[in-house]
Amino acid sequence: MFAPIEDLYRLAPELVLCTFGILVMLAEPFVPRKRSGLVAFLALLGAGAALAATRLSWAHPGTAFYGLVRVDDFSIFLHFVVGAVAVLVILGSRDYLEREGLHRGEFYALVLFATAGMGVMVSAQELVTAFIGLEISSISSYILASFRRNVPKSNESAMKYFLLGSFATSFFLYGVALVYGATGTTLLSRMDSASGNPTLLRLGLGMIFIGLAFKVASAPFQLWTPDVYEGAPTPVTALLSSGPKAAAFALLLRIFDTVFAASQLWVWAIWVSAALTMFAGNLAALVQSNVKRMLAYSSIAHAGYILVAFAARNEIGTAAVLFYLVAYALMKLGAFTMVTHLGGEGERRLEINDYAGLGSQQPAAAAFLTLYLFSLLGLPVTAGFLGKFYIFNAALKSHLVWLAVLLAINTVISAYYYLRVIVVMYMREPQKEWAATPIPRAVGLVLVLTAAGTLYLGLFPNYLMEFATQSAVLPR
Amino acid sequence: MPLLDHLWIIPSLPLLGAALNGLFGARWPKRWVDVVGVGTTGLAFAATLELIREFAHLRADQVPWSKSYLTWIGAGNFRAGFDLQVDQLTIVMLLVVTGVGWLIHIYSTGYMAHEGGYYRFFAEMNLFTFFMLTLVMAANFVLLFVGWEGVGLCSYLLIGFFFLRKSAADAGKKAFIVTRIGDFGFTLGILLIFWVFGSVDYATVFNRAAGMPVENAGQPGVLTSISLLLLAGAIGKSAQLPLYVWLPDAMEGPTPVSALIHAATMVTAGVYMVARAHILYSHAPIAMTTVAVIGGLTALYAATIGLVQTDIKRVLAYSTVSQIGYMFLACGVGAFSAGIFHLMTHAFFKALLFLAAGSVIHAMGGEQDMRRMGGLRKQIPWTYWTMLLATLSISGAPLFAGFFSKDKILFETAVSLYGGRVLWAIALVAALLTAFYMFRLIFLTFHGAPRYDAHATHVHESPKNMLAPLVVLAVLSVVGGWVAAPALSGGADYFEIYLAPVFAKSSALLATAGGETESRTLELQLMGVAVGLATLGFLVAWWFYIRRPQTPEWLAETFHAPYKLLLNKYYVDELYNLAIIRPIGWISTRLLWQVVDEGAIDGSVNGVAHTARRLGSRLRVLASGNTRSYAAWVLVGAVLLLGLLLWPLLGMVR
Repeated sequence: MFAPIEDLYRLAPELVLCTFGILVMLAEPFVPRKRSGLVAFLALLGAGAALAATRLSWAHPGTAFYGLVRVDDFSIFLHFVVGAVAVLVILGSRDYLEREGLHRGEFYALVLFATAGMGVMVSAQELVTAFIGLEISSISSYILASFRRNVPKSNESAMKYFLLGSFATSFFLYGVALVYGATGTTLLSRMDSASGNPTLLRLGLGMIFIGLAFKVASAPFQLWTPDVYEGAPTPVTALLSSGPKAAAFALLLRIFDTVFAASQLWVWAIWVSAALTMFAGNLAALVQSNVKRMLAYSSIAHAGYILVAFAARNEIGTAAVLFYLVAYALMKLGAFTMVTHLGGEGERRLEINDYAGLGSQQPAAAAFLTLYLFSLLGLPVTAGFLGKFYIFNAALKSHLVWLAVLLAINTVISAYYYLRVIVVMYMREPQKEWAATPIPRAVGLVLVLTAAGTLYLGLFPNYLMEFATQSAVLPR
Repeated sequence: MPLLDHLWIIPSLPLLGAALNGLFGARWPKRWVDVVGVGTTGLAFAATLELIREFAHLRADQVPWSKSYLTWIGAGNFRAGFDLQVDQLTIVMLLVVTGVGWLIHIYSTGYMAHEGGYYRFFAEMNLFTFFMLTLVMAANFVLLFVGWEGVGLCSYLLIGFFFLRKSAADAGKKAFIVTRIGDFGFTLGILLIFWVFGSVDYATVFNRAAGMPVENAGQPGVLTSISLLLLAGAIGKSAQLPLYVWLPDAMEGPTPVSALIHAATMVTAGVYMVARAHILYSHAPIAMTTVAVIGGLTALYAATIGLVQTDIKRVLAYSTVSQIGYMFLACGVGAFSAGIFHLMTHAFFKALLFLAAGSVIHAMGGEQDMRRMGGLRKQIPWTYWTMLLATLSISGAPLFAGFFSKDKILFETAVSLYGGRVLWAIALVAALLTAFYMFRLIFLTFHGAPRYDAHATHVHESPKNMLAPLVVLAVLSVVGGWVAAPALSGGADYFEIYLAPVFAKSSALLATAGGETESRTLELQLMGVAVGLATLGFLVAWWFYIRRPQTPEWLAETFHAPYKLLLNKYYVDELYNLAIIRPIGWISTRLLWQVVDEGAIDGSVNGVAHTARRLGSRLRVLASGNTRSYAAWVLVGAVLLLGLLLWPLLGMVR
């Protein structure tokens, strides 16, 4: 029996992504080596088409496939986020892959598949479906992390990611099993009324939380992050730090907002995790000398900030999470793209000290990077500032004053390492001669888009915030 | 009334200058950079004058005149936008920022002429002016904060202007970090304002606060908390005890920067903020007392350090800290308009002192140590005479600008409910010390025999574009206080009358609280005491440095310990280093670096080296190395989390 057409509309983005992923794989052997840009273009087209498909499925809200997935404002919002991330990552990787001699069609196909997995995660209404989405995106990203096959670091990174990721996923799956055991269903919509064994339910949800906490890199499950981010090819790092994180947070929100009323204890668990994550990220970032590693720790810290909004457990908090995910994706993608370009062949220029004198030698690059760092730090007129502001607002509304204070303290700590990079760029003489390569057009486009987005959200956050607020209303 | 409807034009002018110079300045000839940098600031000054003309026609009920241009943040019932406002207080600040700022820009065209990064300097100075104008014109706390952080950023950039010099870069960092400590409180204060009043607009907040009961010392409440938190920001920005340590180091920046940012405008932002939020403070006596005590103590404390400094700019830096202490004292005793009055006159004479000091340094080819100056009076007469006028003004010589403002503060301190004898006495002693260290500076620099190598140093008077601003400021340092002069002979203090509408609510409140009894006889008596002490300061300086130049040395040897204490600035920097910086350094190097990074993370780096050597056994190495420890951490975390979740349930079982 064939699914009704409405159901297909509701799954349109994933269908488009997978189709294009397969097309990219099929096309690769027939495209001559010299015209390899065509493959990248096809992939870009696919990601763009997925965004268009998202627009299409927006017009058909409701559940599909017997309630397994659901199209609502929340899932649409995140579909736009992960789709846009895919577009930007594909745009930003082409020149990198050419430079490193890694240009293969699989890369794009995997990015598209990973995005499809994230798409499933953000619209899943059922735990096993969510698990499948999680696995699609995870397995694709394990392979992507190992894409620099000749570099041991990249292999090590992928292997660690794979082993630890599987470990965490098993928690998730076991949690799903326990929840099923407790409530007799895996459909989120039915769980509400199910009166199961509370201990089992709590244990199961705890395990699901652990599995997802690993994906978003929150303490104490964040240890893998710096190694993996450092070893993976930088465009992949850009993807890992933005898309999957957004999807995993979406799933957390979806599960925890739908299933149970906030018990005080959960708030505490998230509270502790948020505080630990912020400090673990920021304090460790202070002593890093490698830019990629520093940004990896910074993304741990940002996961902590988002958890603060999550701990607020109200709709303002959910809206703040959504807004922050966009702001964060923009600035992190921008920063990693810049790092990719500056890294040069073989990614050799990755130490903070290698950026000495960048301000005078490559002023445009330095200016872009400065903007992203300002935004990560949360200075006014950037997206990061407003993102933090909304989180503050949400935390205070829920009377999480101390958590807000910790957030403020962490922002102050983080100023040190973000500003250090800027100081090095503008106030130090270069120690080594680095050939200044011109910024390729596609990379330039990514930089302009992310920078414009960062500034736009810093100046006019209202439109996105309205959308986020509207999306934050989850069905209970 | 065109300009009143387009208030945004005033801050936009310097922003335009900053953008033009920042983007194209590197390719432009110096002349164009001058025209853009000085021109936009000058236009802003002209626009301010036009604004004053238009403002004068407004009815009393139209003030404060505010305009909102754009909603910046809107979340639920929260709204903050680019809202600007004008009232009498804003007018005074605008005049100081654009007027004095313009003169300093002109001066810079001469002073910075031979420095690299000329366009960068002007772009940053213009950017600073933009943020400072935003700060004083803001109509809500969030925009105020934007300006507040913006000037901090520019200050950081300009202090570190000579970034190749390590001390300059360090000083920039120090300024940034120390003020950040205060800003932390400031941020919390703004959040608390929003929490309590549901808005950050001045109009809403101040109107609601005015309707709240005064929180007497016995029952401090939310207004007291807000006032104290905001004060923390003001203390950092305005370099008061205990966060003053960054300002003396900030003298590493070019001298025009010291004059503009670290004397005339940015550092007084804290005073402006307290005056702007006067209604919050007047409802919180505890906060008032705190402001007054911090101000008084800082005035005295910084003056004592200023006594023994030998770097000409550092003497002025401590003097600035001390003078801002007076302004805080004034605000703390409820004499807000007196505080703003001193802010204005101080902007005149302190900017002049810095610019003249810059002229001296220029003449001496970069020398800043007063021990290697002396006898410069004849060679650089213009600098000498203008600086002398400024010194008379700051010392409180009768009829000079500083005399009127300082006298007003002293009088108000003596008679106010929140002041009293002790604070008055402290302020008086600080005044005595001020006269002493300022004349010490004049005598060491300009009088006596030359103590520099006359052959190596070619002393020369500065060019006209540097002298002209000195002359204008010298005139202002003399006549700038005359608006208050009629008060001496029983007339009106026009400055106070002008600002009276702004502070009306607080004045009424303080008056009903059993306020001051104006007595002219008392004022004249107190004035006499102050002038007498200032004269004493002058005479002692004269005795020490002209009449018996060996006295200071003898004193330093006789009273060795106190002298050392002052010379080393009470060892506060060392104390902060020991109590704060070291422990943090220890945590980050020992704990985070050596334990976390080297232990847990470097292990993996070694793993990589190993992998590179033996690709074949890659999997084994990884699996038996760090990955397992990471997995163990995941497990530990999981057990803890699940334990936390199940705890109450287990309790039930038991």
